[in-house]
Amino acid sequence: MKRNITEAAKVIRSKNAGPYELTFDIMFKTKEYFEHFKENKVINKKMFAELYKIPEADIMTIVWFAPANAVKVTIKRPISSGAPGETDIYGAQQHAPLFNIEF
Amino acid sequence: MTKREFKVLSPTAILGYGFPEASFLRGIEQKPDLIAVDAGSTDPGPFYLGAGKAFTDREFVKRDLKYMICAGVQHKIPVVVGTAGGSGADVHLEWCRQIIEEIAKENNLTFSMAVIPCDVSKENVKIALDEGRIVPLAYVPELTKKDIDDTTYVVAQIGPEPIIEALKDGCDVVLTGRCYDPACFAALPIMKGYDPGLALHMGKILECAAIAATPGSGSDCAMGTLTEDSFILEALSPDRVFTCESAAAHTLYEKTDPYHLPGPGGEINLENCSFKDLGNGRVEVKGSKFVPTEKFYLKLEGAKCIGYRTISIAGTHDPIMIANIDKVLQQVKERINVLSGDNNRSDNLFFHVYGKNGVMGSLEPNPNVKSHELCIVIEALCPTQDQANTLCSVARSTMLHYGYEGRVSTAGNLAFPFSPSDITVGKVFEFSIYHLMDTKNEILFKHRIEKYEQGTRK
Repeated sequence: MKRNITEAAKVIRSKNAGPYELTFDIMFKTKEYFEHFKENKVINKKMFAELYKIPEADIMTIVWFAPANAVKVTIKRPISSGAPGETDIYGAQQHAPLFNIEF
Repeated sequence: MTKREFKVLSPTAILGYGFPEASFLRGIEQKPDLIAVDAGSTDPGPFYLGAGKAFTDREFVKRDLKYMICAGVQHKIPVVVGTAGGSGADVHLEWCRQIIEEIAKENNLTFSMAVIPCDVSKENVKIALDEGRIVPLAYVPELTKKDIDDTTYVVAQIGPEPIIEALKDGCDVVLTGRCYDPACFAALPIMKGYDPGLALHMGKILECAAIAATPGSGSDCAMGTLTEDSFILEALSPDRVFTCESAAAHTLYEKTDPYHLPGPGGEINLENCSFKDLGNGRVEVKGSKFVPTEKFYLKLEGAKCIGYRTISIAGTHDPIMIANIDKVLQQVKERINVLSGDNNRSDNLFFHVYGKNGVMGSLEPNPNVKSHELCIVIEALCPTQDQANTLCSVARSTMLHYGYEGRVSTAGNLAFPFSPSDITVGKVFEFSIYHLMDTKNEILFKHRIEKYEQGTRK
């Protein structure tokens, strides 16, 4: 049975990383959840691109960071910080679609 | 033999965010070897660098600095302040320098201060561009001479080197322009022979002070203790602790790749980094390495004015209008083009529709509006303020009375919370320079020294 990511993650957040990048962090509750997500590649470029309706080429990196039991995804910001059409200067409210991930 | 150690007190995440006096005094009791604070960031957007304004409040910047400088002078602890005024251009540096001069005068202080300007002349940037020494960062357009000309202030993020030069001259206080956040914490320990990888990684965590503790706070103090082969983090309020998790989690924060943290002249490599809980809210970090790059790159930052903004905030509670909101907004734009006899007039108009996709814009995955009311921020962005005022006004009045298809409520389409309804915002900036420059190892930034005796500048 599929379960929702909020069962496995204790932190799900987004933030600007400089004016041109947006970065997403998912920190897992346990080492086991971290390993499960990593081994099964639950977070991957294809699913992330679909979730945010962006081309896969706009996903810069997916890094699994064991010291924090976390995975980090960094993407191209749709609009550079503060440029015309900007909606979120600090990029801190772009995380909600991640709540729909199942594993 | 006692183990050599070096203590750094970080009072707050950003100078001007404030900190509890009790936490600061607890830090001073531990007799730190350095008090350092990072005062800047590009996170608040391009306006502050472009316009030469601080994003923190003067009264609170003065409050924070008063504690730091008075304690530093009294106990003979060096004080280093990085990225003066938030963005670190000469205009920000002078703003902060004047605050320190006031503090010196009001408290009859005797000390010497190094001031390090970090602006780079446009001429030097153009020469570097011609010589192929400018590299754009990811997703940043190639730099052009026009961008350089249009940029108001060009700053470089300096590393620890110019701060070390100032400290070698015996300065009690060092105030820098734009500075790589960890450098103001790492300069003095690196000068004293501590490992640069550990010193910079510790600086990377301390620059956010207690944000890296749990519960995190941007306005509370943290202490970092550097040893020969590790550093130890502790919070200075009994309400917070550092845990392996909080320290490791912070290493992720705002970064592209937590294993490789690039900075001036090289990167902090965390591939072999480990976090150990020492108990009592303290965490020990080991294994961080500084790996120099072959060429010495500095990051340049700059912003250019792209026009003037006027906004109007309104709401709608009409279910028919809400159901057709995209169509209504498109038709309002078309009507404005017709009214002004200019088919491109509405290109300068942006609608931020809260309740629909105001927060996520193009990244919004949910196509359907579920809200029973919407907030619409009308934004006009034009070459002059008068044009922006006109466009915002016309957009507001057109939308207020627009007879969209199926309309039942004919008295007005928008609810305005304010009179006047239109707000003149002023100049708008965009980042125009965010590039690396190969410095050819030249020393570009030199400090000047100011001496204060009993509060008087000599």
